[in-house]
Amino acid sequence: MLSSKASCNSHGQDSSYFLGWQLYENNPFHEVENPTGIIQMGLAENQLSFDLVESWLRKNPDVMELKKGGESVFRELAFFQDYHGLPTFKNELVEYMAKIRGNKVKFDPNNLVLAAGATSANETLIFCLADPGEAILLPTPYYPGFDRDLKWRTGVEIVPVHCWSSNGFRITMFALEEAYERAQKLNLKVKGVLITNPSNPLGTTMTKEELDHLITFAVAKNIHVISDEVFSGTVFDSPGFISILEAAMDRNLENTDVWSRIHIVYSLSKDLGLPGFRVGMIYSNNKTVVGASTKMSSFGLVSSQTQYLLTNVLASKRFTSKYMKENQKRLKKRKEMLVSGLKKSGIECLKSNAGLFCWVDMRHLLSSNTLEAETKLWNQMVCDVGLNISPGSSFHCSEPGWFRVCFANMSRGTLQVAMRRIKDFVERSNFMGRIKMNYQQNMSSLSRKLLSNWVRKLSSPDPNEHER
Amino acid sequence: MGLLSRKVTCNSHGQDSSYFLGWQEYEKNPYDEVKNPKGIIQMGLAENQLCFDLLESWLAKNPDAVSFKREEQSIFKELALFQDYHGLPAFKKALVDFMAEIRGNKVSFDTDHLVLTAGATSANETLMFCLAEKGDAILLPTPYYPGFDRDLKWRTGAEIVPIQCSSSNGFQITESALEAAYQEAQRKNLRVKGVLVTNPSNPLGTTMSRNELDLLVNFVTDKEIHLISDEIYSGTVFSSPAFVSIMEVLKDRKLENTQVWERVHVVYSLSKDLGLPGFRVGAIYSNDPIVVAAATKMSSFGLVSSQTQYLLSAMLSDKKFTKEYISKNHKRLQKRQNKLVSGLEKAGISCLESNAGLFCWVDMRHLLSSNTFEAEMELWKRIVYDVKLNISPGSSCHCTEPGWFRVCFANMSEDTLKLAMQRLKSFVSSITIDNQTHQDLKNMRKKNRTKWVFRLSFQSFHDREQGER
Repeated sequence: MLSSKASCNSHGQDSSYFLGWQLYENNPFHEVENPTGIIQMGLAENQLSFDLVESWLRKNPDVMELKKGGESVFRELAFFQDYHGLPTFKNELVEYMAKIRGNKVKFDPNNLVLAAGATSANETLIFCLADPGEAILLPTPYYPGFDRDLKWRTGVEIVPVHCWSSNGFRITMFALEEAYERAQKLNLKVKGVLITNPSNPLGTTMTKEELDHLITFAVAKNIHVISDEVFSGTVFDSPGFISILEAAMDRNLENTDVWSRIHIVYSLSKDLGLPGFRVGMIYSNNKTVVGASTKMSSFGLVSSQTQYLLTNVLASKRFTSKYMKENQKRLKKRKEMLVSGLKKSGIECLKSNAGLFCWVDMRHLLSSNTLEAETKLWNQMVCDVGLNISPGSSFHCSEPGWFRVCFANMSRGTLQVAMRRIKDFVERSNFMGRIKMNYQQNMSSLSRKLLSNWVRKLSSPDPNEHER
Repeated sequence: MGLLSRKVTCNSHGQDSSYFLGWQEYEKNPYDEVKNPKGIIQMGLAENQLCFDLLESWLAKNPDAVSFKREEQSIFKELALFQDYHGLPAFKKALVDFMAEIRGNKVSFDTDHLVLTAGATSANETLMFCLAEKGDAILLPTPYYPGFDRDLKWRTGAEIVPIQCSSSNGFQITESALEAAYQEAQRKNLRVKGVLVTNPSNPLGTTMSRNELDLLVNFVTDKEIHLISDEIYSGTVFSSPAFVSIMEVLKDRKLENTQVWERVHVVYSLSKDLGLPGFRVGAIYSNDPIVVAAATKMSSFGLVSSQTQYLLSAMLSDKKFTKEYISKNHKRLQKRQNKLVSGLEKAGISCLESNAGLFCWVDMRHLLSSNTFEAEMELWKRIVYDVKLNISPGSSCHCTEPGWFRVCFANMSEDTLKLAMQRLKSFVSSITIDNQTHQDLKNMRKKNRTKWVFRLSFQSFHDREQGER
């Protein structure tokens, strides 16, 4: 009696990505109250720069109290539900987005559509661009949430574009073509390619070359490009960030067809660290897409109270400049701490310059080059070492042994504990004289039970939903 | 073009309907007491602007709630990070208590069955995604809120089949109307998944009778389908009969442990009674754990801002405030509705007797040049462009009888309402005079064969039926 959407499981929440969170919820680390608990390293949140935002808020109490120049604006906000969004907010957002891109791209607020988070923005865009049974190409590894956001209610399929460690998981023309052909063989009409730039989970910005490949490919196949630039404000190192629009402008494509087939998704959840406020957006040069997605945004508007608050935060140019600079500094420092900590344990990461996580190479710790071995290692990491990290398979990575490890959602002290635990774990394995361990033997009975439960798939209460 | 989805190129977002066109006209020439006294008065917007002072005064006394503080401690970080789709527990608790209070505490709600969404718009669509898909139909009694065409059908692919209600019995739902709609759906090869009612009704402004509710329960039990009760206006019931929630009926009939219990779902929002549409606070309440689970995951696509959840959890937890608010809100709504009703009466226009909502269902059938929807459109255009009142024509609400209009009363000042009534009165008088003049001229024309051009450039008079009331 329910729809197939309600009873199927293409919400994707049975994946290990979410199971790890569930285990964490059952036994969360706390410096004082639960020092042996599981440390959450599977949550791509930016908790490093709240003090900056809080200090701004303390200096600007009027904004929180819904006042402007001493006068209450509560009334006008309370009934502001115009899906075009608060004009001043959109003006500030486009300026902020341009600033993030070194002002190499300019955005028109009339082409910006607000949505309740990038989750909503991505789904809405797919509703606009594809019909049930059609497909979107996505380079692997990709954010697990896309399986829900892009496919669940839209009925659209994802066809992966396989990327490999051999070239740092860069997108190649060959991989794009191969994915396209695979889609055709499956009788799926490809409507577009969706990339995340900077990449989740890789933590890298796309090269000019990759962006050019994508544009060339989109032109040749007459399809869309969606560039999820949610992490664009987290680029803390060179090379700098190049937006898809910048790449298109460099090729003088503004007055060509493909210009209206390039769409950007953004959100304030990652750089500003405000996932709870649900601020996402779609940017498109295609008037029809803007028109339709604006109407669709009715299903996920941003609270006017929040729009008002953030308009004022972003309007303070001194604040945004200071924030961007300081945030980048802190992210870089924290990433370096993770990278060097892992190095001490003989573990390498993919060289990265952005994001809130590293893409960690644990292939050498696998008992065999298989998905099963990755799962066993992951289980051990969560249950024995007590670190909830995310296995590459949950990101549809084609090679076993890679893990995404977050660094910006905890204190320095906690990260130090995490690094120590990994070091101990690796040393224990080395001490036993084996590089490849017999995990079955070393797993605790709890781990064993959990592994078999996981294999049988979750049927019980859902894990809490968290962002990427 | 084929490059975009069919959803984009079709027009089942329903926004080409007159309901929305009227707003567009208003936007071009909005009334302002000082700056634009001749502009169009917005009477097509079901908003509650009567009790902001109460909310503002509460805010002034409780700055912590907006300043991300709890007992003087900053909780900004906690809120900024809070994106759990299960919602802020304190907020859900306050919300279920408020919902119970509105229902005279005759029913209670469990926070585990409540799913938060960004407005009732999101709640209704999400519920549809959970219950129906392409090839399925939901039955809706007419007249109904025009937005449903978008909310329930657009992206879900489900269809709406109307349950025709008529003025002969005050537009109440009857058993035969339900059956007829069901048969109609079958004829169209659509699988009926449920009935959706708005109670209190938009646009009627009436609460459903116990009899109607019983009929609905019997019908959905018999057909084994769902019942969605959009109770978004439940906090706006200002006079008797009292509001009876569908949950109360199920409880009274001791249906808690039967199958139908899990097929009844309620939608609510703070947009109407609290007058906070901008804050995007909606909710689904369901006794079906699978629906709750699926809707919870789907709410990811439209979560409520944690900043807003926190503010409202503090506000709704203040029981002294909610009690005072509910009471004052009812009083003010009743007073304002009375003003509209009596103002219309003075213009010789009657309304459907109503006890809830932010609007009246107004009978202008006697002002139609003919009993047709074309005549209704003509009348509507005159009222928007000439009388300069944006009211909503019944056809936009899928009413089966021409001549009914929804007129809002709670989204303007008392003075503006007064002015609106004056304009309407003048208009009706002028029609009467013009009609008399037209009759005289008709007689003259028979003698003189003179052409008479009506003052409006785009209007033409049809011969009037001798049915003016």
